Amino acid sequence: MTTIEVAATAAGVDRQPAPRRRRGPAASQWAAAGFAAPLLVYLILFYVYPLWRNIDLSVHDYTIRAFVQGNADFVGFEKYAEIFSSATFPTALWNTAVFTVVSIVFQYAIGLALAVFFRSGFRLSGLLRAMFLVPWLLPLIVSASTWAWMLNSDNGIVNSVLGAFGLAQINWLTSPDTALLSVTIANIWLGIPFNLVILYSGLQNIPGEVYEAASLDGAGPWKQFWSITFPLLRPVSAITILLGLIYTLKVVDVIWIMTTGGPGDASTTLAIWSYREAFGTGQPDFSPAAAVGNLLIVIALVFGFLHLQLQRRQEDS
Amino acid sequence: MHHTPDQTQTRRRPTTLAALSALALVGVLGACSSGGAAAGGSTGGDDSTYTWWDPYPQHDDASDWAGRVQACGEEAGVTIERTAYDTTALTNQALLAAQEGTSPDVILLDNPAVSTLADTGMLTTVEEFGLDTSAIDENLLAAGVVGGDTYGIPIGANTLSLYYNAEVLEAAGVDPASITDWDSLTAALKTVTDNGDKGITFAGIGTEEGSFQFLPWFWGAGADLRDLDSPEAVAALELWKGWLDDGYAPNSVINNSQNTVWEEFLTGDFAFAENGTWQVNSAAEADFETGIVQLPARDGGVAPAPTGGEFIMAPVQEDTARYDVTRQIVECMTTPEGFVETANTFAYYVPPTADGQAALIEEKPELEPWVEAVRNAKGRTSDDLGADYPVISEALWTAVQNALSGAATPEEALTTAQTEAESATS
Repeated sequence: MTTIEVAATAAGVDRQPAPRRRRGPAASQWAAAGFAAPLLVYLILFYVYPLWRNIDLSVHDYTIRAFVQGNADFVGFEKYAEIFSSATFPTALWNTAVFTVVSIVFQYAIGLALAVFFRSGFRLSGLLRAMFLVPWLLPLIVSASTWAWMLNSDNGIVNSVLGAFGLAQINWLTSPDTALLSVTIANIWLGIPFNLVILYSGLQNIPGEVYEAASLDGAGPWKQFWSITFPLLRPVSAITILLGLIYTLKVVDVIWIMTTGGPGDASTTLAIWSYREAFGTGQPDFSPAAAVGNLLIVIALVFGFLHLQLQRRQEDS
Repeated sequence: MHHTPDQTQTRRRPTTLAALSALALVGVLGACSSGGAAAGGSTGGDDSTYTWWDPYPQHDDASDWAGRVQACGEEAGVTIERTAYDTTALTNQALLAAQEGTSPDVILLDNPAVSTLADTGMLTTVEEFGLDTSAIDENLLAAGVVGGDTYGIPIGANTLSLYYNAEVLEAAGVDPASITDWDSLTAALKTVTDNGDKGITFAGIGTEEGSFQFLPWFWGAGADLRDLDSPEAVAALELWKGWLDDGYAPNSVINNSQNTVWEEFLTGDFAFAENGTWQVNSAAEADFETGIVQLPARDGGVAPAPTGGEFIMAPVQEDTARYDVTRQIVECMTTPEGFVETANTFAYYVPPTADGQAALIEEKPELEPWVEAVRNAKGRTSDDLGADYPVISEALWTAVQNALSGAATPEEALTTAQTEAESATS
């Protein structure tokens, strides 16, 4: 919103040298509206309409016939009641929570460790850092398929390495006990570069003198990390974790390519569930899919507002 | 927003924006319908251009197939504007286009989707078009029949069979001709595995492909899709589960797509692979000698495998004057010569009429077992399942996944599946 106001005032100053006459809305206001219009149109077209349509889909009973003929019955919250009482719901919710929390904790911890490691700027550190970005650069279908191959029960490299140490075959992707773990590991690997880059740039903003002063006071590296790096990095960390949370909540591709949410529902998250209802079967079921999608938005929004609240409190203090 | 102009503030706005747009991304996830409607062809155009959608993106504009489509257009005196999607995308696009009133003139689509589309009222019947379907094999046409009306014509058919690696079988001393029922197949798998080779691979993935591959065993046991937890159905699932437990089939079949199955078979390690007519050419080019046996039913005989293959359909148009040319295009694809030409263009399609099949066998005698398999095949949406099939199929493949992975016993898994299917179709 701030952006619009700024643009509007700027435009007003440029366009109107003599704002004396008062007839109808001042020309400056028209100009302001004109400048804001493209943005508003964009927002409505690409944000408001899809969101509204999503809600619309979820409160109507869109069977395929109703979808084509546009005469879906209004059913209120019936679809929501349906998903909440579905046997998939507790599994999907639990899986989403585990997948998201475990992914973020490890992505953040490993990303931060690597960022601190690269901060010292040794020889070839640039090259090494660039190599850590590879997971980010690969198309997801490539990295997810590669993970699926590596974790293949019978021919995967992971099992053959384990086999060399005399361990039994683990059915990574095809056992209900390990499927979620496997997709989580792949997702952690994918998320490390994002955390590394943001946390590394955050580290650059901590002045070196602070560390010098600390070491003069006799603080070792461990003490320096907990008393300087970690507290000063808090705002950046908060953003990293919030973004990571949103990215992880909506992950579909990695899981879909590796297990399609299976076996059974073993690695089905809310996002996978929504995708499967809408596009994963021969029978698109848009209403429950949209209901699950809306649930995800609400979850993401709650955490978003929580973050804003925390940030405001931080600034006030 | 009031901040002191410090570092966190300067960084803050873009990140808040990023956070907002990320939230919006989550939103778009569920909002499936809004995009993409404009991607397809629209029939609002002129009378000399007819739109055509098919699920063969692997055939580009320079391919034989595109040439064949174009030739049918020229015969009718019009240009055909062809757009190819993959099967799932095509179903979604067809539904969207129907909603927007911009359906193409002709759609080619996988047969289980016909009843789904027909159910929406977006398709014309062949009677309205005055097309004759009497020559088409009934088991193949069945997928296009909903409530007594026929909504499309198969342009060809394919189905599943059991490919074998002749070298592996020979090494183990197994005669492929001895495989006539489940027991003899399991015995052959045991002999092969004891000999140090791998037994069988199939697709148990949690999508339609998983159901497609399981159905020959399901139907071969005498089970019915309306009754997923019958003892026959349990026996079929126990057969698969038993193969996994005994090491005759790799555990990875749970995530195998049919393509993966074929890749595994081409390594030469496996004695058997369940796969379709579309691999005939690839099998001939394999590094080892291959052959096929019909999928056996439980107590002998050939199990009904599900039919695969596309139907040609004509969606309802506002401008009914277009139907005349559309009929000519459809006819061009469905004459006996047209069927054989399509079969040859794809190298794996079996024509859906007796005349067409005879003509194909004359040209390519090696396809005879496939023609037999197609004659024994059964439409997935037949038995008047229609648009209920996709729902039942989802319950079925979930049960297969749960049983094979050990999350439930075959019996438990199928009982759950039956409950799911019943509540979803009632």
